[in-house]
Amino acid sequence: MIELNVNGSVARADVDPATPLLYVLRGDLGLHAAKFGCGLGQCGSCTVLLDDRPVFSCLLPVGAIGDHAVTTVEGLGTAKAPGGVQRAFLHEQAGQCGYCIPGMIARAEALLRRTTTPTEEEMRTAMAPSLCRCGTHMRILRAVRRAAVARGGGIVDPAEPVT
Amino acid sequence: MTPSRREMLGGLLVAFALTPGVYAQTGGGEGSGGPPTTAPDLPGTLAKFPDLDAWIRIAPDGRVTVFTGKAELGTGIKTAIAQLAADELDVALERIDLITADTELTPNEGVTAGSQTLEQSGTAVANAAANVRLLLAEAAAARWGVAATDLFTRDGAVLDGRGRSASYADLAGMTSLAVRARGDVPRKRHEARRLIGRPIPRVDLPAKLTGLPAYVQDMRLPGMLHARVLRGPSAGTRGLFDLSAVARLPGVDRIVRRGGFAAIVGPREWPLERALHMAARSGWQAEDGRNEPGALPDSLLRMRRESQTIEDRRDEPDARSVRRLSARYDRPYLMHGAIGPSCAVALFEDGRLTVWTHSQGVEPLRGSIAGLLAMPAERIRCVHREGAGCYGHNGADDVAGDAALVAFAMPGVPVRLQWSREQEHGWEPLGPAMLAQLDAALDASGRIIDWRHQVWSNTHSTRPTAAGDLLAGREMVPPFPATPPKPIPQPNGGGDRNAIPLYAFPNSHVVSHFLPDMPIRVSALRGLGAHLNIFALESFMDELAAAAGRDPVAFRLGHLQDPRAAAVIRRAVRRFGWEGYKALPNRGRGFAFARYKNHGAYLAVALDVERVPDEGRLIVHRAVAAVDSGEAVNPDGIRNQVEGGIVQSLSWTAYEAAGYDGARRTDYDWSTYPILRFGDAPRSVIVDVMDRPGTPFLGTGECAQGPTAAALANALAAANGIRIRALPVARSSARVV
Repeated sequence: MIELNVNGSVARADVDPATPLLYVLRGDLGLHAAKFGCGLGQCGSCTVLLDDRPVFSCLLPVGAIGDHAVTTVEGLGTAKAPGGVQRAFLHEQAGQCGYCIPGMIARAEALLRRTTTPTEEEMRTAMAPSLCRCGTHMRILRAVRRAAVARGGGIVDPAEPVT
Repeated sequence: MTPSRREMLGGLLVAFALTPGVYAQTGGGEGSGGPPTTAPDLPGTLAKFPDLDAWIRIAPDGRVTVFTGKAELGTGIKTAIAQLAADELDVALERIDLITADTELTPNEGVTAGSQTLEQSGTAVANAAANVRLLLAEAAAARWGVAATDLFTRDGAVLDGRGRSASYADLAGMTSLAVRARGDVPRKRHEARRLIGRPIPRVDLPAKLTGLPAYVQDMRLPGMLHARVLRGPSAGTRGLFDLSAVARLPGVDRIVRRGGFAAIVGPREWPLERALHMAARSGWQAEDGRNEPGALPDSLLRMRRESQTIEDRRDEPDARSVRRLSARYDRPYLMHGAIGPSCAVALFEDGRLTVWTHSQGVEPLRGSIAGLLAMPAERIRCVHREGAGCYGHNGADDVAGDAALVAFAMPGVPVRLQWSREQEHGWEPLGPAMLAQLDAALDASGRIIDWRHQVWSNTHSTRPTAAGDLLAGREMVPPFPATPPKPIPQPNGGGDRNAIPLYAFPNSHVVSHFLPDMPIRVSALRGLGAHLNIFALESFMDELAAAAGRDPVAFRLGHLQDPRAAAVIRRAVRRFGWEGYKALPNRGRGFAFARYKNHGAYLAVALDVERVPDEGRLIVHRAVAAVDSGEAVNPDGIRNQVEGGIVQSLSWTAYEAAGYDGARRTDYDWSTYPILRFGDAPRSVIVDVMDRPGTPFLGTGECAQGPTAAALANALAAANGIRIRALPVARSSARVV
C-alpha cells in the first residue's frame, strides 16, 4: 500500500511502487486533470507539482515520492471557484481542445511560486517542456502574464501587454 | 393537450426516427456526406433534415435541447451553436443543452471537417431556432386571440407588451415541433441580437481547466477494463508476437484475437503498457506488396497519375508576355500529432454495441464497424466524446474499431482501449507529401497575363466508409478491402484545394495530378492541399512581384477584383504597419492572402521574421492577421482559431517532416518529430476579425494554414534573400547554410 499526500489529503493506493504517479492519479484516485500524452517525459500533458516544482507524473514512480506534496490542477481550484492561474486561463480563453492545458496550468503555477516577476524569456523557458498542438501558445503566455500580475508581480519585459 | 402529446412535444430525449444513413455515400469526402438533400429550399443541413424536432426540443421545464450532428474538436463549436440557438430563440445560454454527434440522437451531418460546421449545422440550428420562436409566438397569439406579429419574445417567454406573458415551457405543450421548417422565417435583425457576434466564453473550458472528466480518455465506466492493441511499429509493418508468452505477462488477464488482430486486456493500465513494450521485443516484418516511396519530391512525379484540368481560362489569348517565371514548391509528409494518443471506449451488451469515440464522423464510423463485426448498423451506436485536437483523420477511427472488436468479444464488459504514443506516431495516417509546379508570364506593364499551376498529390481522405478502411479491418483474415482512394472534387478540392487562383488572371490553366498509389498511409490533415497550394501560389506571387519591381501587397491588390479580399488585405497591412516598416539586418516582412477553398473565410497575414545568423533559428517578432468569416458568431472563437492556425502552420512549415526508411516510419515520439515549443512561438500575434453581420458564415478553422506558410517564406526571402521552396524551412536552411 502506497501512501501519498495529494492536494492536501492523504491518499492510499494498492499498487506496485514502480507505477508512475500519473497512473495512480487517473486510475486509482479519480483525478483526471493530468493527462497521458507520451509516457516519455516529452510533452508535459501529465505535469503536476511535487512540492513547488513541476514534474512529469508519467515518469515518477509513486514509490519515490515519500512525504513530498503532490498538487494536481484539481488542487488549485474548481470550476465554481477557480484558482488564480485558472482564472487567468479562463480570462484569456486559453484553450482550444484543452488537453494540454492542465499540464500548462501546473507548469505556470510552479513558475509563479518560484517568481512572480520572471522575464519573458524565463517564462517561455519554464513553459517549454509542455507541448500544445492547437497552437494556443499565445493565449497560454497571455494567461501566465496575467496570473503573474494578479499575484502582485508581472513579466519584466512582456512581449504582449496585459490588457 | 394529451399526456402523450405533451411527452412527445416536451422533447424528452427519446430516440426519434432518422433517415438511415447511406453509408456507402457518407464520409470519404470531407465534411459532406449524410443523407441526400430532400428540402433544397432550406438552408444548411435543414435541407437534409427539415423537421424542427431534429434540431430543437423544448422540455416541460423550459429547458431547450439542441441537436447537432457535428462534433466539438476543440474549435469552440459547442459554444457557437449554443449562442445561435439561444439568441434566435431568445432564451438564456444556460438554458440550452447541446447534444453533439451521436448516431442515435442527432441528425446525420456526415463528417465534422472542412471548416463547415457553422456553414452547415450552425445555419440549420439558427434557422430552426427562428422557426421555433415564431411557432411559440403563434401559439401565444392563438391563445390570446391576437396577431403573432404584435407579440415579442424575451428570455424564454412570449409577451404582448401589455402585461401578458407565456413561458416557452407553457407554450411548448401546445406547439408541435414535428413540423417542417419554413425557409422564409427571418432571423433576428442583428441589432436585436444579444449573443451572436459577442465573444461569449467557451462553455467547455471551465471543466477542462479544472480537471473534470472531459475527454474520452477520462471515461471510467463501472466494471471497465483496459485494453492495448498489439501491432507492428508502424503502418506498412506487421508485428511478430509470441502470444503465449504475452498472455503470461503480469497484468494481462486475456488476449482478444481475431484474424491478425490481437489486443491485451486487464484491469490496470500500467501493467498493460509494460506488457505492450515487452511484447514488441519479438520484432516485426515489413508488409508485402508495399510501394517504395522513393526520394521526395521527385518520386511524386514518377508515380501513376490521373490528371484533370480544373481550370482553363483563356480570356486574353493574344496578350504579349515579356517575362516568364517558373518555380517548384513541395512539402513532406506531415503528422497530425495529437497530444493525446487515440482512445475509445466500447460496450457490447444485449446484442447492442456502443462506442464512445473522438472520430470526426460517427455515422460513417458506425457503418465501418458494422461491416467489421458483421452486425446491423442499427444495433451500433457511436457517440462522440472529445479527444485531443486531431486536425484531421488521425487514429480516432482506427482505435474505435480496435475497441469495438475487443468489446464484441467480451459482452457486458466496458472496454477502454488507448494507443501508446509510439502507436499514434507510427500508425496515424499522415498528411500527404505534395509538389506544385508554377509558371507565369508578365506583360510589359508588370501584370500577370498567364498562370499555370500543376499539383501532384495522393488522396487527402481515406476516412473510413467501410471495414477495410479501419486498421483492424485490414487485419482480418481475409482482410476487408480498403475503399479505393478518389480525389475530392472541386469546388472544395483535395490535393488541388486552393490550386485555382482567386486572382483575376486573364489566362489561367490549373491541372490536378491525382496519385492513387499510396506508399505511405495518408489522409486528411487540416486544410488538405490548401497548405501547399497556397504556400506555392502566394510565394510565387511575391517572386513575380519582385520580378515586376512592385510591392508585393500592391501587386496582389492590382490582380484582385473581390472587394472583401481587398478589404482584409488592407486591414492586415494597416494594422501591421506595412508602409512604415523599417527592415533590420537579417529581418524581413512577409505577406500572404487566401480565401480558404475560394468560398470560405478570407485571411490576410503579415509576418515580421528574423533569422538568427549561424544558428538558423527563426524569430517571428510579429504576426498580424485580418479575417473575414462572414457573420462572426463568436469573434473570440474566430481569433482563437486563427491564432492557433498561424502558430500551427509555423510549426508545420518551419520544422516538420515525417520520415520513412523504406520499410517503416522513422518517427515514434516527439524526439525525432519536433513541433514548435514556446521558445519558438511568435513574440506577438494580433488577429482582427472583420464582422459581416447578415452575411453567410464562412468556414474559418483551416483558413490560416496556407497563408502563414507563404508569409513565412516571403519574410525569409526579404530577410536574407534566400527563397524557401522546399518545406520544411529548417531542412532547407540546412541545405543553404
